[in-house]
Amino acid sequence: MNLILIAVISLGVIGLISAVILFVASKKFAVYEDPRIAQVAEVLPQANCGGCGYPGCSGFADACVKAGSLEGKLCPVGGQPVMAKVAAILGLEAGTAEPMVAVVRCNGSCEHRPHITKYDGAVSCAVAHATYGGETGCSYGCLGCGDCARACLFDAIHMNPETGLPEVDEEKCTACGACKKACPRNIIEIRPKGKNNRRMYVSCVNKDKGVIARKACEVSCIGCGKCVKVCPFEAITLENNLAYIDPAKCKSCRKCEPECPQGAIVAKNFPLRKPKVEAADPKSENSKAETSKTEVLSNAVPKIDLSKGTPKVEA
Amino acid sequence: MKTFRIGGVHPSENKLSAGEAIETLALPKQAVFPLSQHIGAPATAIVKKGDVVKVGTKIAEAGGFVSAPIFSSVSGKVNKIDTVIDASGYRKPAIFIDVDGDEWEETIDRSTELVKDCSYTPEEIVAKIKDAGVVGMGGACFPTHVKLCPPPGCKAECVIINAVECEPYLTADHRLMLEKPEQILVGVSLLMKAAKVTKGYIGIENNKPDAISLMQEKAIAYPDIEIVPLKVKYPQGGEKQLIDAVIGRQVPAPPAIPISVGAVVQNVGTAYAVYEAVQKNKPLFERIVTVTGKSVKKPSNFLTRMGTPMSQLIEAAGGMPEDTGKVIGGGPMMGKALANTEVPICKGSSGVLLMNDKEASRVEAQPCIRCAKCVGACPMGLEPFLLATLSSLKEWEKVEKEYIMSCIECGSCQFTCPSHRPMLDYIRLGKGTVGGIIRARNAKK
Repeated sequence: MNLILIAVISLGVIGLISAVILFVASKKFAVYEDPRIAQVAEVLPQANCGGCGYPGCSGFADACVKAGSLEGKLCPVGGQPVMAKVAAILGLEAGTAEPMVAVVRCNGSCEHRPHITKYDGAVSCAVAHATYGGETGCSYGCLGCGDCARACLFDAIHMNPETGLPEVDEEKCTACGACKKACPRNIIEIRPKGKNNRRMYVSCVNKDKGVIARKACEVSCIGCGKCVKVCPFEAITLENNLAYIDPAKCKSCRKCEPECPQGAIVAKNFPLRKPKVEAADPKSENSKAETSKTEVLSNAVPKIDLSKGTPKVEA
Repeated sequence: MKTFRIGGVHPSENKLSAGEAIETLALPKQAVFPLSQHIGAPATAIVKKGDVVKVGTKIAEAGGFVSAPIFSSVSGKVNKIDTVIDASGYRKPAIFIDVDGDEWEETIDRSTELVKDCSYTPEEIVAKIKDAGVVGMGGACFPTHVKLCPPPGCKAECVIINAVECEPYLTADHRLMLEKPEQILVGVSLLMKAAKVTKGYIGIENNKPDAISLMQEKAIAYPDIEIVPLKVKYPQGGEKQLIDAVIGRQVPAPPAIPISVGAVVQNVGTAYAVYEAVQKNKPLFERIVTVTGKSVKKPSNFLTRMGTPMSQLIEAAGGMPEDTGKVIGGGPMMGKALANTEVPICKGSSGVLLMNDKEASRVEAQPCIRCAKCVGACPMGLEPFLLATLSSLKEWEKVEKEYIMSCIECGSCQFTCPSHRPMLDYIRLGKGTVGGIIRARNAKK
């Protein structure tokens, strides 16, 4: 009996002393944290992808509260609705950030870009890039080992086994930029989604001279500058034998697209063009009928073949 | 018999061309000189389209202290300055020269007479080596004059000549020793004078007994030079392994370099190039290249002018065998598969190896079974499996702490791995990335 009593009393005393110490410590060493940080973190998607430029969602919440303004801050995963919720909590106005999407700037599929060597090293673009110029004659284009697909947290980018190129699922892509970071050749660019999800871009990053680039790939930019001349908005620049369309200046007029002799300029999600044909030609009438049927918003990249006189549309 | 103390493997030697005397290869129709043939800053071209050059004319100036000038190996007209795919697999700037005749610069002494005496001071010898564009001929292509100028606080104690040729198949150094032993010994004594040391060693693996006995016989006249026979073990030709094997000193982890333990290591081919540069006034524009492979009709050793396309060497050795799986620049362990056969011979091209399909194909990698064979084989005492895994996970800070910069990329780990894991692929990636991070950090300071 006595033994039990001693145990209970001594443990009780130890507990009491510890409680006092903990109480004092919690008051004395207390760190004030804005309760809004936790609130903001609550509405964020908790994907921790780092696409906002901060280390994880709590880092982003912290930055939002401390900055005092939401200018230039965007959660790419949640997008505008989440930013509106954050703004409501903080009593601020949500910045108007344009929705973005990852764009693969290489169209060198197996068919367009013949393989001249075989790579049998570790399956990693980073390793292949450090080893040599790649399986094709183009030492700038996609290596096809799929580092980008492995880096994606949202299952939004996949390698297409037929073309050997990655394809972005625009519905799932949050433009977090993980694939862009993983690509050793800087092929993937995060571009504005554009009006009605329609955008123009040069689907090539080859900086070789025209002759070499053309030899390596049928759809490479050869730096001829035709698109630069035709652009009414001065949105296209030519540097190191490579054209680049500035998304801020581009008005999606599509004038550059048919001008490109290599078909390197891609107009994504635009309706198919109506072919300019004479009614007398029965062949082209056929194609007209075909295209009018399929004249809908299509994800397929239209390729216009200028080499055969009249423009013919291939889906 | 001496050898280095940790790790190492013994791949089958396959020295098929060891018995073939050195042949002089015909001149190419067009010679191509990439501007970066060495470690360090690329050279800058000093000729332009249409310029007429002779054999031995300087066509590119060194781009810095750690760099080397480039000399024309042919006489003719500069066709263009453009890009060429070199052994790295990327397009690099290069000078193209159309060959016309074979006219040499008058300053070059073309006689075969041996010149033993040298009245130059050590500084003059270093200057001559620098001006002749001599770089390490073993494959790494480190400018020779840089090695002969020790950084402050370091003092050279001996010169060690690397005549190990531990790479399977290659026989260029072996043939050179058999055919030019006295020139090599004069070259070594010049290197010793330039480095201001009185002791020289020549390390030769004992799979070349003829070279060892010949060099020993000729070295009687040079009491300061000792021939050191070494046990056959790969990678004995690594600088640090050779120092350990010959004088028993271990070089600490980077940034320490061989000179930190008092050793200056030079390849035997470099010693010969130094002899020619100093005594014969002949800049570095030709070298011995082994063309070999199990299916090659006529494995040979060619005295080749720089800039010759590898396809010409392959033709001269009996043409490309039908079952060729890979064409490798260098030896099978450290060499690199080439993207095409038009790659020109450079200062560091020691061999062209034509591997057949069977040898060339990689076996599919299996999961690591934790046998630690790679750890046992690593001559630097590293943990290759860990370095590879960390590199594949892009853990650059951790992999730096595991001494990835000490890796000499010899490939013993991958050679010995029973699961055929591509460890070296990832380690090279990690080493390259960490090296970049370290350089950026130093530049900030």
